Amino acid sequence: MVLNCRHVWKEISNYIDDSVSPELREAIEEHLAHCRHCAAVLDSTRNILYLIADERTFELPVGYSERLHTRLREEMAK
Amino acid sequence: MRRGSVPQDEAELIARVLAGQRDLFHELVLPYERSVYFAAYSVLRNEHDAEDVAQEAVLKALKNLASFRGEARFGTWLVSIAVNEARAQLRHNRVLRFQSMDAPAEDEESDFTPAVITDWREVPPEALERRELRQLLRSALESLPEMYREVLVLRDVQEYNIVETAAILSVSQGVVKTRLLRARLMMQKILAPQLRTKRGGGLFGLFKARAGASWF
Repeated sequence: MVLNCRHVWKEISNYIDDSVSPELREAIEEHLAHCRHCAAVLDSTRNILYLIADERTFELPVGYSERLHTRLREEMAK
Repeated sequence: MRRGSVPQDEAELIARVLAGQRDLFHELVLPYERSVYFAAYSVLRNEHDAEDVAQEAVLKALKNLASFRGEARFGTWLVSIAVNEARAQLRHNRVLRFQSMDAPAEDEESDFTPAVITDWREVPPEALERRELRQLLRSALESLPEMYREVLVLRDVQEYNIVETAAILSVSQGVVKTRLLRARLMMQKILAPQLRTKRGGGLFGLFKARAGASWF
């Protein structure tokens, strides 16, 4: 199986999630070994996903949990 | 742990709440508080509205707990309530502003192209100490159309798996995967050039004082 760049981009999300067949995985890795553009697309995408999963990127508003439980207590007291 | 593990006694906790120990509901929602908020935020893009909707969703879950059948996980059920409440709120806001409610058409066939770059140097997690980096990441996510924000926040911020994400959004796993591909490549396309430019000396002039400054 020989893939071009577009094929690789189309599968890149499944590849990151490790949900491609072994044959497809091998073909993607073969392509990545020879295509620095696609390798950079993969690395940058993974890096960005890693950064957005970090809890510092998306922080809860200060006091959110306290306000939520106070509201809940008030509702239960009704 | 991001979402908290599902406690062994979650079913028991639900049974006890329904039997009258309503205080235990606090404990039941605790592991999902963050997901509930960010699910609402992914739709609304506004902290204040997201918090209101998160509260409403939790109250609604309490009110409707008896109708929770246990076919789904409690967590995905709760988060799906938050998504639906947030969507209703968004529609309400749009009507108030006389804005179009037309969602962009989902074209499964159309291609999507990432930012093609030649090399990538990793932005380390330490760089998140910089507020401007966190802001850049949040702005990129907020700029995506709603259906892509939802899937990206559930899958890649809150780290639900494909099956859970599909259950929360009431769409097929195939739809989740397609939207996720688009969402991830859109993020790459927006962010990769900016993150590279910054490293090279300061897109916003913030790093000009430090020649060749990196993210940390």
